[in-house]
Amino acid sequence: MTESTPAVLVLEDGRVFRGESYGATGTTIAEVVFATGMTGYQETLTDPSYRGQIVVMTAPHIGNTGVNDEDFESRRVWVDGYVVRDPARIRSSWRANGTLDDLLAEQGVVGISAVDTRALTRHLRERGTMRAAISTDPAHTGADTSSLLALVTEAPSMEGSNFLADVTTPEPYVVPAVGERRFTVAAIDLGIKGMTPRRMAERGIEVHVLPATSSIDDVLAVEPDGVFMSNGPGDPATADHVVGVLREVLERRIPYFGICLGNQMLGRALGRGTYKLRYGHRGINQPVQDRTTGKVEITSQNHGFAVDAPLEGTFETPFGDARVTHVGLNDDVVEGIALVDGPAFSVQYHPEAAAGPHDAAYLFDRFVQLMDESAAPHPSDEKASA
Amino acid sequence: MPKRTDISSVLVIGSGPIVIGQACEFDYSGTQACRVLREEGIRVVLVNSNPATIMTDPEFADATYVEPITPEFVEKVIAKERPDALLPTLGGQTALNAAIALDKAGILEKYGVELIGASVEAIEKGENRETFKRIVESLPKEWGAEVARSVICHTMDECLAGVDELGGYPVVVRPSFTMGGSGSGLAFDEDDLHRIAGSGLALSPTTEVLLEESILGWKEYELEVMRDTADNVVIVCSIENFDPVGVHTGDSITVAPAMTLTDVEYQRLRDISLGVIREVGVDTGGCNIQFAVDPETGRIVVIEMNPRVSRSSALASKATGFPIAKIAAKVAIGYTLDEIPNDITRETPASFEPTLDYVVVKVPRFAFEKFPAADSTLTTHMKSVGEAMAIGRNFTEALQKALRSLERPGAEFDWSKDWVDLDKDALIEDVRRPYDGRLKAVMDALRAGATAEEIFEATRIDPWFVDQLALINEVATDLIAAPELTPALLRRAKRHGFSDAQLGRIRGMSADVVRGVRHALGVRPVYKTVDTCAAEFAAKTPYHYSSYDEETEVEPREKPAVIVLGSGPNRIGQGIEFDYSCVHAVQALSAAPNEWGGYETVMVNCNPETVSTDYDTADRLYFEPLTLEDVLEVVHAEQQAGPLAGVIVQLGGQTPLGLAAGLEAAGVPIVGTQPSAIDLAEERGAFGQVLEGAGLAAPRSGMATTFEHAKHIAEEIGYPVLVRPSYVLGGRGMEIVYDEQTLGDYISRATEITPERPVLVDKFLDDAIEIDVDALYDGTELFLGGVMEHIEEAGVHSGDSACALPPITLGDLEIDRIRAATEAIASGVGVRGLVNIQFALSSDILYVIEANPRASRTVPFVSKATATPLAKAAARIMLGESIAELREEGLLPAEGDGGRLPDDAPIAVKEAVMPFNRFRTYEGTYVDTLLGPEMRSTGEVMGFDTTFGTAFAKSQAGAQNGLPTSGKVFVSVANRDKRHMVFPIKRLADLGFEILATSGTAVVLARNGVQATVIRKLHEDPIPGREPSTIVDRIREQDVELIVNTPHGISAGSNARLDGYEIRTAAVAEGIPCITTVQGLAAAVQGIEALREQRVEVRSLQEWAELSRTDA
Repeated sequence: MTESTPAVLVLEDGRVFRGESYGATGTTIAEVVFATGMTGYQETLTDPSYRGQIVVMTAPHIGNTGVNDEDFESRRVWVDGYVVRDPARIRSSWRANGTLDDLLAEQGVVGISAVDTRALTRHLRERGTMRAAISTDPAHTGADTSSLLALVTEAPSMEGSNFLADVTTPEPYVVPAVGERRFTVAAIDLGIKGMTPRRMAERGIEVHVLPATSSIDDVLAVEPDGVFMSNGPGDPATADHVVGVLREVLERRIPYFGICLGNQMLGRALGRGTYKLRYGHRGINQPVQDRTTGKVEITSQNHGFAVDAPLEGTFETPFGDARVTHVGLNDDVVEGIALVDGPAFSVQYHPEAAAGPHDAAYLFDRFVQLMDESAAPHPSDEKASA
Repeated sequence: MPKRTDISSVLVIGSGPIVIGQACEFDYSGTQACRVLREEGIRVVLVNSNPATIMTDPEFADATYVEPITPEFVEKVIAKERPDALLPTLGGQTALNAAIALDKAGILEKYGVELIGASVEAIEKGENRETFKRIVESLPKEWGAEVARSVICHTMDECLAGVDELGGYPVVVRPSFTMGGSGSGLAFDEDDLHRIAGSGLALSPTTEVLLEESILGWKEYELEVMRDTADNVVIVCSIENFDPVGVHTGDSITVAPAMTLTDVEYQRLRDISLGVIREVGVDTGGCNIQFAVDPETGRIVVIEMNPRVSRSSALASKATGFPIAKIAAKVAIGYTLDEIPNDITRETPASFEPTLDYVVVKVPRFAFEKFPAADSTLTTHMKSVGEAMAIGRNFTEALQKALRSLERPGAEFDWSKDWVDLDKDALIEDVRRPYDGRLKAVMDALRAGATAEEIFEATRIDPWFVDQLALINEVATDLIAAPELTPALLRRAKRHGFSDAQLGRIRGMSADVVRGVRHALGVRPVYKTVDTCAAEFAAKTPYHYSSYDEETEVEPREKPAVIVLGSGPNRIGQGIEFDYSCVHAVQALSAAPNEWGGYETVMVNCNPETVSTDYDTADRLYFEPLTLEDVLEVVHAEQQAGPLAGVIVQLGGQTPLGLAAGLEAAGVPIVGTQPSAIDLAEERGAFGQVLEGAGLAAPRSGMATTFEHAKHIAEEIGYPVLVRPSYVLGGRGMEIVYDEQTLGDYISRATEITPERPVLVDKFLDDAIEIDVDALYDGTELFLGGVMEHIEEAGVHSGDSACALPPITLGDLEIDRIRAATEAIASGVGVRGLVNIQFALSSDILYVIEANPRASRTVPFVSKATATPLAKAAARIMLGESIAELREEGLLPAEGDGGRLPDDAPIAVKEAVMPFNRFRTYEGTYVDTLLGPEMRSTGEVMGFDTTFGTAFAKSQAGAQNGLPTSGKVFVSVANRDKRHMVFPIKRLADLGFEILATSGTAVVLARNGVQATVIRKLHEDPIPGREPSTIVDRIREQDVELIVNTPHGISAGSNARLDGYEIRTAAVAEGIPCITTVQGLAAAVQGIEALREQRVEVRSLQEWAELSRTDA
C-alpha cells in the first residue's frame, strides 16, 4: 500500500476534516465554497471568479478526463485550494494531454482528497460559507489543529475583499470577430472567462478586452457599439471604480451587457445594493426563469453575492425605470436586471456556460439585437437599402 | 401554465405481463402516474392484464380493467368508459403499440379520445429509423450529431444489397417497432444475416429491418430527458455503459452519472438531446436518447430515442430522486416544470437538473442456467431477467455493492484462486466475448498481470473503468499480503466496497469474525441521502444509501419502526409478485390503527425497477444489498434512530427468508413466523413428522448418495420419479424420469451424486391435479386466501402452470380436506402470517408436495381475484393482530374466506408468460418451449370473467398469443396423450376448424370419426401423392392457427423428440399459439367456444366488487 501524505482541512468554526494531500503541498487559507457541477472541473478551476476561494467539489470523482489544452477558461488555475473525494489515478479522454493532479501541483494549488465532501457541503449549507485552511504541513496535520485554526480566524474574510487587480488583464487585447465584423464591444475584464469573448466573436463582434482599471475614456477610445462587463471574484461592494465607469456608459446610452459581477455592477450603478448569500450558487443545474417569456433555462452559476432589487414591478433609477428580468427559481434570488427603456441588461449567471448548459446563449443574441437597435443606421445597412 | 381543464378522465395503459425487456419498472411508472392523476381530481381508467401490479390495486384507479392489452379489448374499455384522453407513454412499448394500433384503426377518433404525452406523429418519428435519421441530420452541424450509416430493407435481397452499400460485414440488424431490441443482432457474415434479418423481418409489424454500420466497441451513453408544454427541457440523468456498444443497455453494467466525459462533450450530448426531443415533437413527458461516442475521436452517433418512459427512466428516477413518471404525468395534463415542486427538497421546483454526489451502478441478472442450450453471448438483444442497483460514494463501492446485490454465488470478485494459476493470454482472449461473468474474468486478467491497455484493446471498456478495477485489485492484493488486518486496511477496503464475506475469504476467516473485528474497531457505514441536489438544499425524504464515510444522515424518530426486507433483483421465480407483497405490508403498517398512528415503515431493497424502491412508498427507504451484513447495518442504524418493532422476512421471497436465521442469531427481532418454523418447513425430516402428526400424506421419497442407491429408492417407490439435487432451490435441475435408463442418464448428465451432495428422489404423481393454496394463520384461526387448481398436471412447475380460482373441478368436500390440511400444517409449523402449500390430488388421495411459510408468487393473484388484501393482513398479523380483529376492522371479510366463494363468483385464470422467444442456441435456433418441473416463466396475466372458458380465453389473449376462433389446427401428440386428445379435437372439428395431423395422430383421429389432413413430419420422407411441405414449413408460412404438440417420451426415439422440438421452436418464432399439454388443450377448447359463442365483455374490478356486494 503506497503511503499517502496526510492533509487537514480546518474551518473557521473549528470543524476539522482529515484526508490526503492532493495537488501541491503546503498551506492555503481562503473562503471555502462548494460547487455542484458533475462535469467541467477544468473550466471551474480556471474561472477567475474562484480567486480567493477553496472549492469543494460535490461530485466524488474528479480528474477522470484529465486536462486538455482546449478547456482552459483563462491562462491559469485560480482556485486557492481544492477539496475532492476520489481523485482519478489515470486520465481517460482522447483530448487529454495531462493529468489534473500534475496541473494542480505545477500551479501550486494545495488540495485535499478522501474527505467526506458531502458532510462538508451540508455544513457549509447550514452555517454558510466561511474561511478555511488546507494544510499538508506536518506542523498542522497532527492531532492539534489550533494553530492552523488561529491562522484561519486571522485571515481576511470575503466581505470587503477585492481581487480585480490579480485577475484582470494587464494590457488590452482584441478578440477578432469570426467572419464579418458587425460590432465593436469594449469588454471590461473583471476576471473574464475565455468562452465569453468567443461567444461574442461568433456573432460578428470584435471584442476589445480592457483592464478593470480602464477609464471611461479608455472605453470610448475603442468606439464601442456596446460595453460588456464580465464575471469576477470578490465583493462587488468594493468595485467602486468599475461602477463609476458603468454609470458613464449608461449616461451615454451605450448598449450594455453584464454577466455575474457585471450584473452586480449594473445593480450598483442603478443604485441598488448587493449582499452576500449564505452559501452562494455554484453549479451548472440552476433553474432561472426569464420573466418576459416565462421560460425556464438551466444555467451555469458561480456567485456568492447577489443584487438586492424588488422581484415585482419596476424600480426607479437615475437612468429611468428598471426591473428584474430573471429570477432564480430555487430561492428567488435576482438573476437578471434591465432598464425598462434603456439599452442595458445583465444576468447574474453564465450564458457563456463553460462549464454548463447552453440554454442561455440567446442572451448574446439579445446583446447583438440591442446594439443593432441602438446603432445609427449601419453603413452596410445603407448599402443594402441603396 | 396550469393544469388543463378540458381533461376530466384519462385512460392509462399498463405494460402487461413481465417479460424480458419489460419488467416491473412500468408498474412503478404507472402507479406513480395513476396516483398523480387521481390527486389532480382526474378520473383514471386503467387497463393492465398483470394482476401482480400495484397499479391494478383498485385504489389506484377509478376503474381498473384487468383485461388483455389488445386493441379489441382496449376498444371495449374505451367504448364503455369514454375517457377524454389516453396516456400511452408510461406502459412501455406494449402501451405505445396499443395506442398506435387504436389510432390506426380509427378508434381514438371514433370515441374522441386525445392522445396525451406523445402524439402518434412523434411516436412514429422517434421510432421510424428513416425519419429519425433525418431529424438527427437536421440538427446544427456544430453539434456533431450523426447517425450510424444505414439502409432500410424490406426483403432479404435488399438486405444483401445493403451490406455491400455499407462496406461489408459486420452490420447491425434492427427490426422496426419491436420491444427491447427484440430480434436485433450483429451479423458477421451472410449466414448470420439470413438468420437475424430473416426473423427480424417477420418480427417487425412493418416488415422492416435496418442494417447499419457497426459501432461496436464505442462508448455508450444514455440521457434521460423531460419536456413540458412550455418547451422547458431538462436532462434528468446521464448514464454511461461500462460495457461498450454491442451489449444491449439492459444487459450492460451501467453507471450514473457519466464518468468519462468532459463538460464540452457532455454539453454536446445535452444539446443534441434537446434538439432531438424538440424535433421529434415529444410535447410532454420523458424520453431517453442513446449515444455512441468513438473513444478515439469523439465522433458522436445518436443510436436511438424512446419517446416514452423506459426501463432507464426507472433507473434514472431511483438514481437521482427525480420521479420521471410522476412528473411526466403532471406535464401531460398541462403543468409546466416550474409549477411542480421537487418532492425531495419541497422548496425548489422540478425545472432543474439533478446533480449527484455519489455513483450509481446497475448490474444485470441473467437466467442462463434455466436455458442451458441458450447462447450466453451478450448482444444487442436483451437477455437479462432483472437488475440490481447500488449507490456508493465512489465507483468501486457502488460496483461491489451492486455485485453482491445480485445474490448469486460467485457474483462478487474473488481472490481465493492463486494468481499463478491464472493464464493471462487465455483470459484476455476470453474477455473479448461479452458474457455474464466477463467482469470477473477481466479482474482475473488484471490479477494475471494484464495491463489496462491490453484489457481496453480486448474489451473496449473505458480505461478509467479498467483502472477502477485495478484499484480494487490493488486493495485486495494489499489485504492478501498484509500480516494483519489493520484498522487502516479495513477502512480502505470498506471504502472500496469490499464485503465482510469477501474480506473473510481473502483473510481466511468467516464473515462473522470479520464483522466482529470491524464492529470492535468501530468501522461501520454511515447513511447518506439521495437528494437530487448534492446537498445544496435540505432533503425532506429519507432515501438513504450506505457508505464508509464520516457523517450519517439518519434522523431520530419516535414511532416504532418495522423493517421490510424486499426481494432483490428480479429473477425467474422471484419477481414483482414479492415486491407487491412488500409494498402492501408497508401500506398496511403505515396505516395501522395503533397508538402511534401507524408504524414507521422502513424498506430495504436493491431493485431499481420496483414500486418498493420508490421513496414515496415506505417512510424510509434504504437502497441496499440484501445480504446479512448490509441488512444488519441498516437494522443497527435504525435501532440507533428509535425503537424497532421488528423485521419482516416472509414477504420478499427466498431472499429475505434466507437471511432470517442469521438475523435471529444476531439478536434481531423477526416478526411473524419465526426462523425455527421456517427451518421446520424446509427440513424434510422434521416436516415429515408434522405431516405424520396430522395424518397427511406426502409422495414417497428418499435421498440417495449413490446411483445404486437412487436406483433402489426409485424401484421401491415406483417410477415415474422426480429427481433433483438436494442443494439447490426452486426447481433447479429437477427432472421427471420414467425408467432406470433415464435415471442413469440424469445422474451422469445433470448432477453429481456424493454423500455431501445427495439426490432427492420423489414419487412423481402422474395424472394428479395440482393445487396451490395461500392462507393466513394467526395461531388460532386460519383464513384460506384462495385455492387454485392448476390446469397443467403435476410435473409442470407451479409458476409455469396456468391455474383457476375458484378451483373449477373441486367440490366442497375436497376444499374442506384442503382447509383442514392447511390448518394442520400452519399450526404444526408455527406460521404467523402467510403460508403457501402445494397439494396434489391423485386417486382421491390428497398429497402435500411442499409448504412454504412465506408469501408466495400467487399472493397478488389471489388478492386480486378475491378482492382481499392478503399481504396487508399478513403484515398486521405478524405484528400481533388476530384475524378476528382484522375481520372486525374490515381489512378481511367479516365472515367466510377465499375457500368459500359464492357459486356465482367470477373465475380468475392465471397464465404464465414464457421468455422462449428471447433465447437462441449456439446454432442460432430457438430454445425448446416444453414446460417442466423447472420454472422458466417471467411473468403472468389474469383473465377474469364469469365462466372458465371466457376467463381462460382472456388469459391467453393477455399472455402472448390469443386463441383463434377458426382456421387450421395442427395436432401431434405423444402416445400416452392420444386418448385424451380425441374429444377436444373432435370438438374443434365440429366448430369448423380444419384438422392437420401427423400420420400416427391422424389414424387415431380417423378411427374416432375426425378427418385430419396428414402432414409430413420434418424427419419423414415425402409421401407420394401428398403435399411435400412439412409441418415446420406450414408454421413458417403462417399456414396454421393453432398447434397442439405434447412431448414424446424418451422411448419414442430421437427423431420424434427432434420433430417436436422443431415444431415448437418454429411456433415460437412465428408467434403461433402452441399447446403442449392435453389439459391445456381442453382449456383452450373451452376458451375458443367462449370466444365464438358469446360476446366477451370487459368489467372493471370496481364493478365486480359492486356486483359481489349486491349479491351479499
